[in-house]
Amino acid sequence: MVEAILDIKDLRKSFGALKATDGVTLDLRPGEIHALIGPNGAGKSTLIHQIAGTLKPDTGDIHFLGERVNHLGVAERARKGLGRSFQVSSLAPEFSALRNVMLAVQSKQGSSFRFFKPVMHDKSLTEPAMAALERVGLKDRANVPAAELSHGERRQLEIAIALALDSKAFLLDEPMAGMGPEGSRQLTAFLDGLRQEAPILLVEHDMDAVFALADRISVLVYGRIIASGSVDDIRNDPEVRRAYLGDPA
Amino acid sequence: MMNLSRENWVSLLLLALLLALPYAAIKFGNPFYVTLATRMAILGLAAVGLNIALGLGGLVSFGHAAFFGIGGYVAGILASHAMSMQPLNFGLFTLPGSNQMPTIWLFAMLVGGLLAAAIGTISLRTSGVYFIMITLAFAQMTFYFAISWPAYGGEDGLSILMRNQFPGFNTMVPLNFFLICYGVLVAALILFALIKNSRFGAALQAARQNEVRVASVGIAPFRIRLVAFVLSGMIVALAGALYADLNRFVSPSMLSWHMSGEFIVLIILGGVGRLAGPVAGAMLFVMFEFLLGGLTERWQFFLGLVLLGVVLFARGGLVGLLAGRQRHG
Amino acid sequence: MQTALFIEQLLNGLQLGVMLFLMAAGLTLIFGVMGLINLAHGSLYMVGAFACATVAAYTGSFWLGLIASLAAAAAAGAIIEILVIRRLYERDHLDQVLATFALILVFSEGTRWLFGSFPLYLDIPPLLQGTVPLPGGSRYQLYRLAIIGVGVAVAVGLFLLITRTRLGMRIRAGESDREMIGALGVDIRTLYTIVFALGAALAGLAGAMVGALQSVQVGMGEPALILAFVVIVIGGIGSIRGALVGAVIVGVVDTMGRFLLPQIFGLFMNASQAGIVGGALASMLIYIVMAVVLAVRPQGLFPAAKG
Repeated sequence: MVEAILDIKDLRKSFGALKATDGVTLDLRPGEIHALIGPNGAGKSTLIHQIAGTLKPDTGDIHFLGERVNHLGVAERARKGLGRSFQVSSLAPEFSALRNVMLAVQSKQGSSFRFFKPVMHDKSLTEPAMAALERVGLKDRANVPAAELSHGERRQLEIAIALALDSKAFLLDEPMAGMGPEGSRQLTAFLDGLRQEAPILLVEHDMDAVFALADRISVLVYGRIIASGSVDDIRNDPEVRRAYLGDPA
Repeated sequence: MMNLSRENWVSLLLLALLLALPYAAIKFGNPFYVTLATRMAILGLAAVGLNIALGLGGLVSFGHAAFFGIGGYVAGILASHAMSMQPLNFGLFTLPGSNQMPTIWLFAMLVGGLLAAAIGTISLRTSGVYFIMITLAFAQMTFYFAISWPAYGGEDGLSILMRNQFPGFNTMVPLNFFLICYGVLVAALILFALIKNSRFGAALQAARQNEVRVASVGIAPFRIRLVAFVLSGMIVALAGALYADLNRFVSPSMLSWHMSGEFIVLIILGGVGRLAGPVAGAMLFVMFEFLLGGLTERWQFFLGLVLLGVVLFARGGLVGLLAGRQRHG
Repeated sequence: MQTALFIEQLLNGLQLGVMLFLMAAGLTLIFGVMGLINLAHGSLYMVGAFACATVAAYTGSFWLGLIASLAAAAAAGAIIEILVIRRLYERDHLDQVLATFALILVFSEGTRWLFGSFPLYLDIPPLLQGTVPLPGGSRYQLYRLAIIGVGVAVAVGLFLLITRTRLGMRIRAGESDREMIGALGVDIRTLYTIVFALGAALAGLAGAMVGALQSVQVGMGEPALILAFVVIVIGGIGSIRGALVGAVIVGVVDTMGRFLLPQIFGLFMNASQAGIVGGALASMLIYIVMAVVLAVRPQGLFPAAKG
């Protein structure tokens, strides 16, 4: 059996009486796209936060690349290769697209405690950053401040940042949200190829994209995984149809 | 590689103006203005230091008077021990006093940096209003300590009988002392410009704009900020040591929260995050204090009104007016 | 004798705590509802003290002075809210700090202009001039007890106001969701002005009451303001209950520290040295307490629920 890149076992997190994550077990294997779907309020964000390290689970284990990472913070998990995009894009708004990516390159290279060399003249930063921008199709927009990018471009920029981190796994939180049909189509094609580099845990509402991309789908409802399997398994699962997909009106 | 931007021209112009001021003062037979220019340079230096934390890092510290005052006290205490030939006794070891500026500066920065590390470690765990209130409170703690500890003058402060010395200069000549302060200011500005464009500066500025983003690319914002806070405290402590030498006197008022407020005012008058903002702010402030202070005892009333006007209506400060909107890239 | 002194100091600490509560309650309410940090809160304290001293000197009645202090501080609060503060709600903390710092300069110098640099004096009203016996044989100032009483009454009143009245309901709504309260059709501008004036009146009341214990002078508000900040940091920002607990902690720790530390150090060093070391340490004690609280609970003892 192939070793999972990301392995989550019996994760639990409560806020008062609310069980936001109720015994979730989930893994992400090399080369796959594992989609996590579920209605609003199912606890997807809470789960993502625990995987990324912004929230601490009450109990349960998170292993990344074979190492237990429960005690590590966001920055440490990112340095280990957990690349992430946010539901609402999260960038340094005053910095250009290029500088946003350069920050990731700089982190990847090690120390940020260098005080004298100007970054913009540092080819070891600008070149990999530019390459990442080119891969997501943002090369022409490299010098535009993130705040002035369009919604779709910001989502692309987030992925460029995750690429520049040389991630061992991607955690993408609704990358299609707010994108037009053309943008979604392009991004779908791009993610399709990306899985060869590193597996993707994909949280997404766009079912067309999910069904087109996912190798496996897990369905989260009220903090529990109610079903997990291939696209066809999930499409035909009666419980999923009832709890989540509803009547295909 | 690049042509000088308009902002850099403004910076150079302001620095040239500051340098010309004492020479003009001497030429026109008004040597008092040399002291004024020295005050501008020292306050400008303190504001450049604060600007690392506030302008680049977005850390609104209302407690930088603590570092300013501690720098002043280091100068005063070392000088008084040099004068009395009594070494400082720390129990485990003793330390001779000194009246040499380079030594004094080194210790001022060391002690200021240590204090900043201690205050920063606690206060940087919080953010926003908490951070403002906590830095203010800790600075107030040093203020009360200075008042209640009688060994070095307590409430009355401590005089420096002879201005401390700098190799190769007669520091009692006002112009010489100005040039020393000006030199330190220029060095600090260069350091600021380097830091701003460095990897460290990139991480620091990004942490101001979006803390979550910085963490999620693998850079821990806390450590970046702490280092910025310490650097900032060290420069302000150095300014404090120079300020003590300028007045040849150090008192708890250097530690007062009013002083912290003034440093922020300097930056805002000049323009936040701008290279020359603090220098412009310091020049404006000292001029304002001198001119208005000559007209009315109540000049701070008008300073308050001007400041309100700047905050509410002219957010770019003086450099913003001169150099146009800030460009990012 | 020692016990009596101890009780007396404890009551002094409580009285300081009550005074700090009046300051901190307004600050924390203004922060909780409007998200504003107001450095000029100490100026409103000063306005209250000056109004009380002036009216009391003119009319001979402390009580009229006390009413004047409430009215003057509330009015000053409402005026600066409408002219300045209102423009700051959407701004960052840096702008808020600067603008309210500027207000301090205007208030302080303006007051100096009107009243000169000499302090005013305010007498304790005849009704409260006596003392009451304490267990252990000494006597305690009735006036200080009255301040404690007023503080307790204000705390109860604020609690009732916030939990039982329409205004309180709106304040709570404003704390949790600013947009919702607008959607409910509440005139949010007026609500903010009222909350600010209420906070100002509490500060003015504190200033007036303390004015009879100390001299009334420019700059009297700042030490109180900074202690109130320590209170809020300890208690948790935005929480009235936190303000009450924090204020009592700060008041008692500060007073008892100044009383006890020199004696404790006196056990193993000579008296004058103990006075110096103990006094210096006592002056830093509440800040040390604040640091410890922060180390254990960065959000304070009673973190306000986040909306």
